[in-house]
Amino acid sequence: MIDNTTFWTLTIALGLGTFAIRFSFLGLLGGRELPEWALLHLRYVGVAVFPALFTPLVLWPDATDGDMDPVRIIAAIAAFLVGLRGSVIGAIIAGMGTFYALAFIL
Amino acid sequence: MTARQAFWRGYLDCAPFILIVVPYSMLFGVVARDAGLDILQTMSMSILVIAGASQFTALALLQDQAPVFIALFAALAVNLRMAMYSAALVPHLGHARLGTRALMAYLMVDQAFAVAVKTYEDRPEMTPDTKVAYYFGAMMLICPIWYACTLLGAVLGQAIPESWSLDFAVPICFIALTAPLLRSLSHVVAALTSCAMAIAFAWVPWSLGLFIAAIIAMIVGAQTELFLRRRKACAS
Repeated sequence: MIDNTTFWTLTIALGLGTFAIRFSFLGLLGGRELPEWALLHLRYVGVAVFPALFTPLVLWPDATDGDMDPVRIIAAIAAFLVGLRGSVIGAIIAGMGTFYALAFIL
Repeated sequence: MTARQAFWRGYLDCAPFILIVVPYSMLFGVVARDAGLDILQTMSMSILVIAGASQFTALALLQDQAPVFIALFAALAVNLRMAMYSAALVPHLGHARLGTRALMAYLMVDQAFAVAVKTYEDRPEMTPDTKVAYYFGAMMLICPIWYACTLLGAVLGQAIPESWSLDFAVPICFIALTAPLLRSLSHVVAALTSCAMAIAFAWVPWSLGLFIAAIIAMIVGAQTELFLRRRKACAS
């Protein structure tokens, strides 16, 4: 059980801290022009962050206590291949669809 | 494109993510109630933080009796990636008024960031005002669903069986966000680097490995682009 004071301390601090992170550059730099080298790197934020987020979730999911699960890996590949064709909704349906279909069959 | 059209375009472009946000926010509601939070606490956390991954991290650590500052630090580390989103949005949204920027900061989530930046880069003719309208359109869809489905999950609680594996919606979401971004060789190289570094730094505590992997991948992507540009210049 989580103690009441602990919970509210954490939630309020996490809310403020997360806002500060989100506000950081957008809030403080405002309309200033960024240097060319910064713009160059910032174009890669999405492709640099998202794979680092999903790779461990696919390879070592909490739901299996960190054991590799071929069903999840195959479903992830299916989502990725459909996503390459440019369809977000297709990728989501292919990923979850493959996952449920294989989980049902196996 | 008028601001109104841009708003609705953003709204529609984010619509596919309903499929992800619904199970993910419900899952948070379920897990939070499971951890002993009441409905007010669960909702307060979702509204004050709106950052699913960090909320799960904080809850898991509190349940393990970790000290508050450890849970806080770990959860904030998970959110550090958003400092990079914040910087990447400056060239597009930095002109807006301070209050507007603060509201955009509060609403900054992975899906809206990815969808907005992709659109801004695909359509360089967008005016600063339509970019702001687009951003709010994208979030106006996700945000109410995030609140409502957290509540739904918190109320339904144990009625949702674990065998539904709602957790798998999360990696699928990030895969669906990544694939359309792979528009050049240097983007592909950056993404592969990110995967490899996430594995290499998986041992780093408090999800800081994610941040390290992202920084390295960003540098590798930028350097690849410079290299390809130089080679092209030499060849011509």
